Amino acid sequence: MSFDASSARGDLILTRITKEYGDFKAVDDLSLTIPKGSFFALLGPSGCGKTTTLRMIAGLEEPTVGSIHLGQTDITTTKPYQRPINTVFQNYALFPHLTIFENIAFGLRRRGIKDVDAEVNKVLNLVELPHLAGRKPTQLSGGQQQRIALARAIVNRPALLLLDEPLGALDLKLRRQMQIELKWIQKEVGLTFVHVTHDQEEAMTMADTIAVMNEGKIEQMGSPADLYDDPETAFVANFLGQSNLIKGTISGNDGDSLIADVFGQKISLPKNRSHAVDNSIYVGIRPEKFRISLLNTPVNGNVLSGGRIEDVSYIGVSTQYQVEMPWGQELIVFEQNDDGVAPFNKGDAVNISWAPVFTFALRGDEDVTAGSEVNPEDLDEE
Amino acid sequence: MGKIRTPYLLLLPGFGFLFVFFILPILNLAQTSTQTPVGGGDTGQYEQTFRFQNYIDAFVENKEQFGRSFVYALIATLLALAISYPLAYAIAFKSGKYKNFFLVLVVAPFFTSFLLRTVAWKQILGEEGFVVPTLRNIGIISDSTTLTSTAFAVVMGMTYNFLPFMTLPLFASIDRIDPRTLEASGDLYANGFTTFRKVTLPLSMPGVVAGTLLTFIPAAGDYVNAAILGSPNTKMIGNVIESRYFKIVDYPTAAALSFTLMAAILILVTVYIRKAGTEELV
Repeated sequence: MSFDASSARGDLILTRITKEYGDFKAVDDLSLTIPKGSFFALLGPSGCGKTTTLRMIAGLEEPTVGSIHLGQTDITTTKPYQRPINTVFQNYALFPHLTIFENIAFGLRRRGIKDVDAEVNKVLNLVELPHLAGRKPTQLSGGQQQRIALARAIVNRPALLLLDEPLGALDLKLRRQMQIELKWIQKEVGLTFVHVTHDQEEAMTMADTIAVMNEGKIEQMGSPADLYDDPETAFVANFLGQSNLIKGTISGNDGDSLIADVFGQKISLPKNRSHAVDNSIYVGIRPEKFRISLLNTPVNGNVLSGGRIEDVSYIGVSTQYQVEMPWGQELIVFEQNDDGVAPFNKGDAVNISWAPVFTFALRGDEDVTAGSEVNPEDLDEE
Repeated sequence: MGKIRTPYLLLLPGFGFLFVFFILPILNLAQTSTQTPVGGGDTGQYEQTFRFQNYIDAFVENKEQFGRSFVYALIATLLALAISYPLAYAIAFKSGKYKNFFLVLVVAPFFTSFLLRTVAWKQILGEEGFVVPTLRNIGIISDSTTLTSTAFAVVMGMTYNFLPFMTLPLFASIDRIDPRTLEASGDLYANGFTTFRKVTLPLSMPGVVAGTLLTFIPAAGDYVNAAILGSPNTKMIGNVIESRYFKIVDYPTAAALSFTLMAAILILVTVYIRKAGTEELV
């Protein structure tokens, strides 16, 4: 390559990327723009193509079809070492034969940077491990290795920093702490971070924008709040948190609202949260948006009556109920334990109510189990 | 008490074996090396006179063969390394599910006798083989040049015979390298060559050291290749020891040469390992 891609800066633009391995399409006609300076998460279950996408951005794989641009520069076929992009690998991939100092200095030395010592020490201070400079990677704990892997990448001030499940090997407590630190470091150094994860909580904690991937395609992209409050597909509704999806039919119009018939009971929902294509819909409500009331208590908003408490689990901050509805479906309800009122009991006859604004609607032909049978914690991305 | 003794008891058969088949012969050899012929005695009759001059005489008389042994062994080791490294690398990283199959192929020559395989090389390099006529036809060697009974044939035979000893430790070392560290190197602005120099090679050094030692040490003492593929002009120290011992029945000289060879290898290996332990070799 005669042109120099190493100084390319700007938004990362993937245009109609497809990656095939034999007959298998790991990534399928994917287009995506990641704005400069953002913290972007690719979220999805194992095998959804997110790691393949990351590897194509890094240059470790070449797309079968499509192009990758960094700002104005086409980097589709550029070698990894020619890209101003660095990766924090899933298992850290530190060089076992080099000291921590030399691990971090590796990229600087390859680029012929003069003041290696100052740069390395600065980044060692940033990750708060300056005292480990002389050690070898095997002498470090998992959390420390993770920070060194991060330091080794950001010391190069890349246009783009890729993080491949960087916290997967850490225990829960350390993971939460590192999430906050990563977010802080990203603000501090002002780099574009692209983070691949199967942990929806991790993605929501850190990212400005999340792209939810499924079977090589992007299901939906948006801020964590957008994705959670207004999922467009059953996959997103189930993969990000939990959702109650109830079969219904649109039966009318009321200004900015739609009226839907749910097993003979009328509810309303905001028009702009309906992603249905015809009258057949799934009405979606998040479990914590529901309120439970005894039959004779007056309630406002949408009401579904005729429920019976099937199961009660006390979880501390909240109580989780399973409520069986007259049509046989069990709805999940989270109630905050903040009012000093004793929880409802198994067998109580109750109504369920919620504010109409929290309702979303999905196409009636969706697979309501999509994204729900995958338990992200059990899966290991290879 | 019993618990403490058990490991030592388990070591006993090994120690016993080494004592009978290694320590005693070495002591015997050391004794022989300073003996002189019995005055007026038969061929092969020697008495202990502690004549250390035996060592100097033996060395001075055979320094050419000593030099040749080390030069041949060095060339064969370097050739084996040059052939084995790409081979081991390919088996470790590129062979996928055929990894074990290729490893079996590397070891397969061991299923036939060492001697037989060396004799086979004599035929391959002989006038009737396909190598010599082919090389003559394309003009690489002249019509009067032969390949058998040359230093070339000896070094080739040694390279071939010791190749698995180089390939296997190299493979073991390279196979342990996490391919993601190589990706990380590329990600951190190192091109293919720099990645090899700064990551792959240093990480495979244990294999390089083990492989070169396992090749060089037996190669330096080898006499089969020189005997079968060489000529009187390519005699190595192993051939001298063999003929002194079995043909001339000059036990003291053979023993002195054996000890000198052992000491020389020991010194070379010590220096080499010291250097390899640091990063001077990389």
